[in-house]
Amino acid sequence: MTPPISAEPALEISGLSKRFGGAVALDGVSLSVRRGEVHGLLGQNGSGKSTLIKILSGFHAPEPGGRLTLYGKDVPLPLPAGDFRKLGLAFVHQHLGLAPSLSVMENMCLSDFAAEARWLIDWRKESQRIRDVFAEYALAIDPQAVVGDLPQVDRCLVAIVRALEEVRANQAQHGGNGILVLDEPTPFLPRAGVDRLFALVEQIAARGASVIFVSHDVEEILQITDRATVLRDGKVAGTLETASARPEDFVEMIVGRRVEQYRARKAVAGGDDASVEITGLTGQVCRDLDIRLANGEVLGLTGLIGSGFDEVPALIYGARKARAGQLKLDGSTFELANMTPRTAIELRIGYLPADRIGASGAGSLPVADNLGLPSLSRFSSGLRLDRGGLFRWAGDVGRAHDVRPNDPALYLEGLSGGNQQKVLLAKWLEIEPRLLLLDEPTQGVDVGARQQVFAAIDRAARAGAVVLCASTDAEQLAQICNRVLVFAHGRIAAELAGDDVTKEEITFQCYTGLSTSTAAPAR
Amino acid sequence: MLHGSVDKHGSAGTVSPGSLGSVAEYEARIAELERKVRSLQEQRKLPGLSSGGAKRFVERYAIIGIWVLLIAVFALIDNYVYGSSRFLTWINFSTMFGTQAVLVVLTLGLLLPLTAGDFDLSGAATMTVVSLAVAIMISTQQTPTMAAVLIGLAIGGLVGAANAFFTIYFRIHSLIVTLGMATFLIGIAKWISASRTVSIFGSNPSLIEWVNQARIFNVSMSFWYALLLCIAVWYFLEYTTQGRKLLFVGRAREVARLAGIRVEAVRAWALVGAGVIAALAGILAVGINGSADPSSRVGLLLPAFAAAFLGATSIVPGRFNPWGSFIGVFLLATGISGLQIFGIPNWVQDLFYGGGLILAVAASQLVRRRRPMEFGG
Repeated sequence: MTPPISAEPALEISGLSKRFGGAVALDGVSLSVRRGEVHGLLGQNGSGKSTLIKILSGFHAPEPGGRLTLYGKDVPLPLPAGDFRKLGLAFVHQHLGLAPSLSVMENMCLSDFAAEARWLIDWRKESQRIRDVFAEYALAIDPQAVVGDLPQVDRCLVAIVRALEEVRANQAQHGGNGILVLDEPTPFLPRAGVDRLFALVEQIAARGASVIFVSHDVEEILQITDRATVLRDGKVAGTLETASARPEDFVEMIVGRRVEQYRARKAVAGGDDASVEITGLTGQVCRDLDIRLANGEVLGLTGLIGSGFDEVPALIYGARKARAGQLKLDGSTFELANMTPRTAIELRIGYLPADRIGASGAGSLPVADNLGLPSLSRFSSGLRLDRGGLFRWAGDVGRAHDVRPNDPALYLEGLSGGNQQKVLLAKWLEIEPRLLLLDEPTQGVDVGARQQVFAAIDRAARAGAVVLCASTDAEQLAQICNRVLVFAHGRIAAELAGDDVTKEEITFQCYTGLSTSTAAPAR
Repeated sequence: MLHGSVDKHGSAGTVSPGSLGSVAEYEARIAELERKVRSLQEQRKLPGLSSGGAKRFVERYAIIGIWVLLIAVFALIDNYVYGSSRFLTWINFSTMFGTQAVLVVLTLGLLLPLTAGDFDLSGAATMTVVSLAVAIMISTQQTPTMAAVLIGLAIGGLVGAANAFFTIYFRIHSLIVTLGMATFLIGIAKWISASRTVSIFGSNPSLIEWVNQARIFNVSMSFWYALLLCIAVWYFLEYTTQGRKLLFVGRAREVARLAGIRVEAVRAWALVGAGVIAALAGILAVGINGSADPSSRVGLLLPAFAAAFLGATSIVPGRFNPWGSFIGVFLLATGISGLQIFGIPNWVQDLFYGGGLILAVAASQLVRRRRPMEFGG
């Protein structure tokens, strides 16, 4: 299907900049989206994609000097928050903004209810209206169904149609066909779901509306967009006509260096001295993984969002149920489908989840209690818990890990992010872990504390622990890992070791891994 | 990039390398800056148990001050308005201590599930059923008092176990389960008593002797039992690993689960414990009154919750704690005792319980700068 793209732009941005303190998030960005066009927006984390979108939705105010033109009319910046609807813009974020326990119909009507006070809702009429809208887009979704019962893709489609309806309701004011911004809608959708989503996107574009499609996935960009713009370090790295572009062209622009010839990488993974071995691990996304680890090794796991690398630590620890898989630890084998946190701790496995206050530590309890949680047996005899001893010990541990201020009676939430993480990491190091599982260990950790967290990880590895670190931060992985596994579509797409463990190489593999693992399996 | 990385060799760019004499000088300056940052960090006022300030002290012990103030005000009114000295007498206070023991025990029972993040609305009904069962066993079955007491406690434990089963196995919110259980138990109480008062005076009054007639400092034993239980609950929550686990389960269920704590078992035991303690309250009630009836004690549920929440604003603010609840009960009881002595009508009691709770918690929220309250669950 060829959408009727007119040369006339629906949205035009020029010279848009945004600074946060001293950091430049956007630097003179210009972009043009035509009527009826699907326009891709690509870039690494921190490249400025989200900042750009947040300016369009009125969440951020840009620096003076930028210009925004919608359907030929200049729009003064910053946009008042919430006004985007009147201008013909519609946003669907990864968090869809639907109430899961309410029906599709109630969710569809939400924006009407928010905008006007009605004292008699004609439910039959509303239901018919929504049926008509769904029929128009050829969607087979029951308006009476509860959103939470729908598959993820149907929820996404409902959110999109709702956003479009809002644009249509305000058409008198903006006079356009609407500009739909889809902010990374695909990472958690199955393949068949992505196809249905794309079918809807094509229909929308065929009606003359424009779509800005934000994604990490070069393959999807190639499939659905007409043109795509790549952002890098807050600047436009380039805009390509998709029909004539190769995947390498995009990856090159995203990563910012010339793409070397793709090298097939041979496995250098742990030799015979592998002391921890994971075989056949299968979870929600990752499938049939085999990972071998040697004593004292720090192994990094990475990939783009949705590639499945981030669930591996939780699956090994039993925090989430694995579908299948085995863990071989010092000669004994354990079924991961039956793994529980309790068993894991008995095996001296530590797990530091990414959600610091919520899964990792209790913010409204003192540092000493958080530190001592896995080591309580050390301070108890019979019924008695030696509180004084626990607090003295916590003070010593805090000093050893340079927690500031080092007051064991302080509530955990009173510490800075970096110091919280020092405490929570120390909690596991104190059980002298055999296997330490980390999920984004330095997210929200300041630069100084970050080095101390790295040093602590390093000490643990030197003491013989095996460390597994899942992270999207390539710089961090390059700094602490001996070896990095790059995931794509739930499988290991590349393995980097030795001199190849660099920030650039890791980032590069994240993007190429995705497009080569399915398009051209080079192995 | 929001974070620039700073290491030994390159810094944030404001200092040109030429302006520094040597690497040593540079490092000395960095060390000095670090010291400054550290001292600033330590000066920051942070929430915690020990980090102090007068405000913290006021927050923790205001409840005692309010209690003393209330006693003083009532004593003055008694003296100057009524020209009598009925309020500030040992007999008035010792009676109050003895009779309020039931409410103290009931409140202490609520603390366990509340700390674990569950509500037990069936406490007062459990107490009523157990008090009737014990009274009936002693008066009409000639059961030895000790055996009746033990059976009574077992009944409380069974009620708690039933609450736990429905709450945890079926994953129903504890509010719903215990609300249903409370109504169900009141029905049983009416059935076994034929809606009449059951007295143990005529048959075997040894329970009355143990609870009410034996006295220390002229305060009946019921008060001392409640005090012992308060110490026990405090010790359990504060100084045992089980108590710590309970707290983690209430505060951060996911953290507790990932730490290998059997979250379901901990919650179940808390509900069973609450049932047993509510049964104890029922047994004390029989001892104090010498009788049991199916209706008069059901209304204690809300005062017990009032005392628990009032207690959670003091002593260890933000946490359900036995001493805060203990004082909370007597604060409310002092007010009511004073009002009764002055012959103020009965309905004022309700105003005092309800209004007192809301005003006290509101005042403590002002001290906490209206931070959202967090009780777990």
